[in-house]
Amino acid sequence: METIKNDTFVLGGKEFHSRFILGSGKFSQQLIRDVMEYGGSEIATIALRRANADSPENILDYLPKNLTLLPNTSGARNADEAVRIARLSRALGCGDFVKVEVIPDTKYLLPDNAETIRATEILSKEGFHVLPYMYPDLIAARRLADAGAAAIMPLGAPIGSNKGLRTKDFIQILIDEIDLPIIVDAGIGAPSQACEAMEMGAAAVMANTAVATADNCPMMAHAFKLAIEAGRAAYLAKLGRVLESGAEASSPLTGFLQD
Amino acid sequence: MRKIYDPMEYQPNMQQIDSDIFDHVIAARTAYQPEQYTAKQVQAALRKDVLSFEDFAALLSPAAQPFLEQMARRAKEEREKHFGNNVLLFTPLYISNYCENQCIYCGFNCKNPITRCKLNAAEIEAEMENIAKTGMREVLLLTGESRSVSGPEYIAEAVRIAKKYFSTIGLEVYPMNADEYAMLREAGADFVTVFQETYDLQRYGEMHVAGAKRCFPYRVNAQERALMGGMRGVGFGVLLGLADFRKDMFAAGVHAALLQKKYPQGEMALSFPRLRPYKNHEETNPNDVHETQLLQMMLACRIFLPFASFTISTRERADFRDHVLPLAATKISAGVNVGIGGHNEEHQQKGDAQFEISDPRSLEEIHNAILAQGMQPVYTDYINTNIL
Repeated sequence: METIKNDTFVLGGKEFHSRFILGSGKFSQQLIRDVMEYGGSEIATIALRRANADSPENILDYLPKNLTLLPNTSGARNADEAVRIARLSRALGCGDFVKVEVIPDTKYLLPDNAETIRATEILSKEGFHVLPYMYPDLIAARRLADAGAAAIMPLGAPIGSNKGLRTKDFIQILIDEIDLPIIVDAGIGAPSQACEAMEMGAAAVMANTAVATADNCPMMAHAFKLAIEAGRAAYLAKLGRVLESGAEASSPLTGFLQD
Repeated sequence: MRKIYDPMEYQPNMQQIDSDIFDHVIAARTAYQPEQYTAKQVQAALRKDVLSFEDFAALLSPAAQPFLEQMARRAKEEREKHFGNNVLLFTPLYISNYCENQCIYCGFNCKNPITRCKLNAAEIEAEMENIAKTGMREVLLLTGESRSVSGPEYIAEAVRIAKKYFSTIGLEVYPMNADEYAMLREAGADFVTVFQETYDLQRYGEMHVAGAKRCFPYRVNAQERALMGGMRGVGFGVLLGLADFRKDMFAAGVHAALLQKKYPQGEMALSFPRLRPYKNHEETNPNDVHETQLLQMMLACRIFLPFASFTISTRERADFRDHVLPLAATKISAGVNVGIGGHNEEHQQKGDAQFEISDPRSLEEIHNAILAQGMQPVYTDYINTNIL
């Protein structure tokens, strides 16, 4: 099983073993350390708007120090706001990674792909490793790749909905066509869905609400870890033949050939 | 003698905007007959993923009262999905209680013999410094309605001072024109809340006998003007118990939903004040809202507007506040002093309060109560990128 042991993926020049990215919002902060540990995550997203050094509760104090931080631009409603938040993040010492979220709709929290492309272009030029959150659209994903994105983060379903891979077919197109890690983000509600995304060939899965709303958050994080590893192994092992329904025709349609 | 305005009549310098939101909200309220809904409609509404106005109406109706437990479960789920267990903390700061309105239920009524005052810039700064020292990062600035004493420029000055100490600044002041909201946004304000009190025109006219507040449509359209002025979000509220509270809550929810649809970037917020004891006119309270009804209103709104931020008032007792946090409310005030200048220990409170509070706990006590509920206190949830 050497293949699985040596299976890593690279983001912004950094090598990661875990393919489980955890969102740190929506949790009680005391739980975060346990959740990260049981989930085996090496990358955690943080909402920069939540990170404040001079208040009684600062999320940065609760995150294990060996984690790679993936600050997000949540709260940004257009590219300019996302760019400003990213720069602030870097100035605060949160590193060069940024998850670009541009969300101009407060009801469904769906992203604006056009503005996301614009922000990705600006930030990539400034040396950020940009991971854009997007609606899974092939053309927009190509533009994000051209704009310098380090990975693409398509949504499975609306944020927080726990509805699973509702955009499955379109995510599969991105996996097949885009030469960047595809990280399924948002909407994943159960480990089985994370597993399915990994079987499809996703590079990683990001979850937050599904873990944060479980009765036992650390155990749910552990379940996600196992599911993601299982899905990844299945992908590497290559899934077997799927039996089609109905029998094969007894007189083949290509039986007329005479070589 | 002061002129008595028709509540539908605009007064000089009040901006009239071209919008059909007012008509839609008032028509929806008028058509809503809470008594006509059945248990079946309530159950159907609870099975829906995204609720229609009709579903919302059913959940607010008396027929939904026996389903409070089911509503609480659904509301809790929605709250978890959209906000996790985060609870946002803020402190209100009353900077002036001068008022030119005669709202017959209100402690700031200009005919009430209370001590009036307004804080000057230095006093505002001292208050803010004290609040900020506690770790609080969101402040809500409040005034009575007096354009001559606490005009828009006075409020803008307070906002500019607040910007030095806070990451988020809300305003709960009298309605203004869109250009004035734009000026306050420029100064650093983020959110504007205007309580409609009631969407019942006749009752509104009876309750607001004089002053700028008498103009009903100008107040209803305040949130839209604030959004036109570039505000990040707007807050709504009706004073439950002033008129038919179910119909008023329905109107407020529909109002927020319609504005969100028209301004999808705008963040919607709701508050749920009930009538509290006041100094005079004790006979004007025919429509009591007990905790059961209040909770039903909050749960129905949470299920209908799962994305909106809800504030739970200090007018409610501590135990009620704590228990609605996991179910519906997302925002709670702490370290509250509703008098004018109450955050400075060196000198006494300068002016009287608008109402009595029922939850006098300190910030630390509320912080710990939130943790005890298994919830997470959050002090900042927003970066104003205009000033980065």
